[in-house]
Amino acid sequence: MGKLVVSLSPHAHGKDTVERNMYGVIIALLPALLVSFWFFGIGSAIVCGTSVAACVLFEWAINKYILRNERTTICDGSAVLTGLLLGFNLPSNLPIWIIIIGALFAIGLAKMPFGGLGNNLFNPALVGRAALLVAFPAQMTTWPKAGQITSYLDAETGATPLYLMQQAIKNGDPSLLDQLPDSLSLFLGNHPDGAGALGEICGAALLLGLVFMLWRKIITWHIPVSIIATVFVFSGLMHLTSPVYADPITVILSGGLLLGAIFMATDYVTSPMTPKGQLIYGVAIGVLTVIIRNWGAYPEGMSFAILIMNAFTPLINNYVKPQRFGEELKG
Amino acid sequence: MTDGILIAVIVLGTIGLVAALVLYLCSKRFAVVEDPRIAQVTETLPGANCGGCGFAGCGGLADALVKGADAGSIDGLACPVGGQEVMGKVADLLGMAIANGDPMVAVVRCNGTCVLRPKIAEYHGLRTCAAMNACGAGETACGFGCLGCGDCVAACQFGAISINPETGLPEVDDEKCVACGACVKACPRNIIELRKKGPKSRRVFVSCVNKDKGPVAMKACKAACIGCGKCEKECPFGAISVENNVSYIDFTKCRLCRKCVAVCPTKAIHAVNFPAPKPKPEEPTKEKEEQA
Amino acid sequence: MKFNARTFSIGGIHPEENKLTHEVATQVAALPKQAIFPLGQHIGAPAKPVVQKGDKVKVGTMIAEANGFVSAPIYSSVSGTVLKIDTAIDATGYRKPAIIINVEGDEWEERIDRSDKLETVAAHPELTPEEIVERIKSAGVVGMGGACFPTFIKLTPPPTAKAECVIINAVECEPYITADYRLMMEHADEILVGLELLMKAAKVTKGYIGIETNKPAAIELLTRKCAEVFGTSAYQVSVVPLKQRYPQGGEKQLVDAVIGRQVPAPPAIPVNVGAIVQNVGTAFAVYEAVMKHKPLFERYTTVTGKRLQNPSNFLVRMGTPMKELIDACGGMPEGDHKLLAGGPMMGKALTSVDVPICKGTNSVTIISDDEAVRKEPQPCIRCAKCVGACPMGLEPYLLAKLAAVQNWERSEQEDVVSCIECGSCQFTCPAHRPLLDHIRLGKATVMGIIRGRAEKK
Repeated sequence: MGKLVVSLSPHAHGKDTVERNMYGVIIALLPALLVSFWFFGIGSAIVCGTSVAACVLFEWAINKYILRNERTTICDGSAVLTGLLLGFNLPSNLPIWIIIIGALFAIGLAKMPFGGLGNNLFNPALVGRAALLVAFPAQMTTWPKAGQITSYLDAETGATPLYLMQQAIKNGDPSLLDQLPDSLSLFLGNHPDGAGALGEICGAALLLGLVFMLWRKIITWHIPVSIIATVFVFSGLMHLTSPVYADPITVILSGGLLLGAIFMATDYVTSPMTPKGQLIYGVAIGVLTVIIRNWGAYPEGMSFAILIMNAFTPLINNYVKPQRFGEELKG
Repeated sequence: MTDGILIAVIVLGTIGLVAALVLYLCSKRFAVVEDPRIAQVTETLPGANCGGCGFAGCGGLADALVKGADAGSIDGLACPVGGQEVMGKVADLLGMAIANGDPMVAVVRCNGTCVLRPKIAEYHGLRTCAAMNACGAGETACGFGCLGCGDCVAACQFGAISINPETGLPEVDDEKCVACGACVKACPRNIIELRKKGPKSRRVFVSCVNKDKGPVAMKACKAACIGCGKCEKECPFGAISVENNVSYIDFTKCRLCRKCVAVCPTKAIHAVNFPAPKPKPEEPTKEKEEQA
Repeated sequence: MKFNARTFSIGGIHPEENKLTHEVATQVAALPKQAIFPLGQHIGAPAKPVVQKGDKVKVGTMIAEANGFVSAPIYSSVSGTVLKIDTAIDATGYRKPAIIINVEGDEWEERIDRSDKLETVAAHPELTPEEIVERIKSAGVVGMGGACFPTFIKLTPPPTAKAECVIINAVECEPYITADYRLMMEHADEILVGLELLMKAAKVTKGYIGIETNKPAAIELLTRKCAEVFGTSAYQVSVVPLKQRYPQGGEKQLVDAVIGRQVPAPPAIPVNVGAIVQNVGTAFAVYEAVMKHKPLFERYTTVTGKRLQNPSNFLVRMGTPMKELIDACGGMPEGDHKLLAGGPMMGKALTSVDVPICKGTNSVTIISDDEAVRKEPQPCIRCAKCVGACPMGLEPYLLAKLAAVQNWERSEQEDVVSCIECGSCQFTCPAHRPLLDHIRLGKATVMGIIRGRAEKK
């Protein structure tokens, strides 16, 4: 007879693993990735590829040479995921050296110094994007138009829907909004002059990813739904007060809202741990996004809104407790 | 421009003065009156804040000592880290007398090494003694023996105890051990005991706490105490008692004669820091042969 | 089969069923050569032996008496001679005092009614609630679901709590175990009489039988029989189909699912919301104790495992070493295994195959190969899946962290004492973290601190 193994209960385990979740999110991003290849061609391949490679390389190197860990963590999929999400936030004509700096910020500043996966306070991909935005404002705010498959650094750039919306509000000129593509084009991403970040172009692909993640139980509905609903309501109210504000459907389909609501805000580590907390988090992000978009200096408010709320997540975790069993009946 | 500098200096200077005044008044109004002796005693204590005295930090012990001094006695209050020396100084400070205490040391009463106490199962999960103890007897057949996960090592703030990788048992460095009792509390099986350090750091103790009957204990571990009672009969000072199938040596009565060590059939009684016995000289037998 | 199934409100998981012995009819286990009776087979003080070496005993002879109020007597399940009163390894993993009997023949005490005749409550109007409780107490009936709490105490709640119903726990939510299911299929009539006895003893008129939907035959059978037996009586008894979800069979979760009331945090117990929960095996034992004068000495036990040759359900005499049952199923398979007393979620891993079957041993499960080893834990990724799984609405990741850093004060604030140790959190954790290992230690320490505080007052 072989030996007897003992441990404390439970003696069974579900099929879930960290890898399954991380790679599941990556699979959910594949439709958006394929769409970005379709619209941005080589540019997309270079940007996403560089971003992923740089993130994995930095994580491996930091683990091995600075932290001197025995085991590397690059196989759990989180570095690849960060790389992909960072890439999705960038314009397709961003030079390689800037992308590498972005990856360094993401992994080397926002993730590893805090203790690696599970300990970071801010979403690494968003920190990378925010840092690049501040360090390289010109390169980070010129967006190539979709459809230029073979151009990389020499791609022709254009105005994004969000830029037009911001201009409309600043100049008080609703006619600018007429230049916006219609909702279906925004949804499918095939507007002729469409410009934007790699991952933001096609709402349909992102929603497909959402459905996949919900089905695989990787995330729950609370954060994406609360963000989108809040933005819808808030921007809807603004739209009713004045025509300079775009209609809510356009607002939701433009810019990084869907990408942020589905993939960035739902990052495990930086979002609250309870359903109630997640709803509060989502509503706050929605409010902040609309405020920054409408009245802030930047056309895109999603990244900053999420980063701000990341800072509040520990507070939310501390004060928002799940419904305890037996709480309904007191004594 | 000089006007600007002057105004700035005057404004900031005034703010500074006002703030200083407010702080001064507050420190007077809200001053905490503390017996100055507490600070003096805290100063004398080692400052390790180890909790070995039973109080939270040296300040806590100082507080208790001063209160004790006012009540008439500081018996029962001692700093194990500072020992007699420091307690003497404290007693002088407070004008009190102290009883002489013997230095103590932590003793691990288990000799179930990997070789002597075979494994019968493999434990998976949180590797702490507390968790393994809750799971069952452990990885061996002895439900009283050391689990080897090092809860004692983690509890020690002086680095005085460590697990020997070959034997799997903790070993106490009696130079570093201050007998604070943290490891005693941490061990879920009460294997570690604070015993008298002994002259020249020599002591004799039963290295087993197994309460199972002899044959059962032997089956689990070759170095187990089987409760045979030979040591009890042999001891000329009545220091040994066998209860619940296990022998115990009272360290207040033990005179380190080591007669018990010789008669123990399983070598469960250990004599620590004694010189090795001298080898018998061979000449007398040769002489006898020549004479015969 | 479509049932209108209910379930509890918070959390829960869905482990693989593995009910390998679902359709295996129960066999009577062979008598052992030696029977071992640990004295601590119940919650409360261990029983005190009333026999000594050399005494002759029959099946049903009392060999140890209850020692105090929260305690229960132990009866011999075999006839023979008492060999010794010594220590033996029991399901706690430690050697505990036990009575060891060499088995000779199979002679039963005369007072035990061995006939198959179904005795009904109607046929025994002389049975008062107090008499029923007394017979349950002297027969040593304890909770057969595994907790082993003396049943007579549950039936006499403190004056502050008023019982309104009896809920029979026939859920059997743990994977692998089918003992309760087989008992229902083979002794449904007796179980319903047992339920009636329990309702009478508790002085209630409402009864519920909670069964998970993975046992449709049992739901059907008992629904039909309930209608027959209780259709015209003053008792209102219904079978409540419950969704397949773990831990549906946890007392508090069951009460929530069946009558929609949530038992508050400890020290509250189900009777504080009016429910007395009893395992279906206990109901059967109550029938035998009260109607057949048969004390508790045998039970239904499932012996199962994926690598076991013939997983089976047994009617086994308590005191039988597990090894004999495992041998009857084809012997321990080759390789490394976990031997569990109980199911994979809350069972106890054992270091010896000689542990005897006791009052609460509803299953012997052998987990093999990959499933027997724990995987290397990774850092917490804060996915909050443990929070979603916890049926008590706690935050396992936080409780585990607090226990690891020994922050007992905050652990108490975060309601660690409400944890029912079901293991749903650890089952779910993608990083394979030993959450329950930590939480259990935290809970034990905090409960000790609370007790210490209460004693000081």
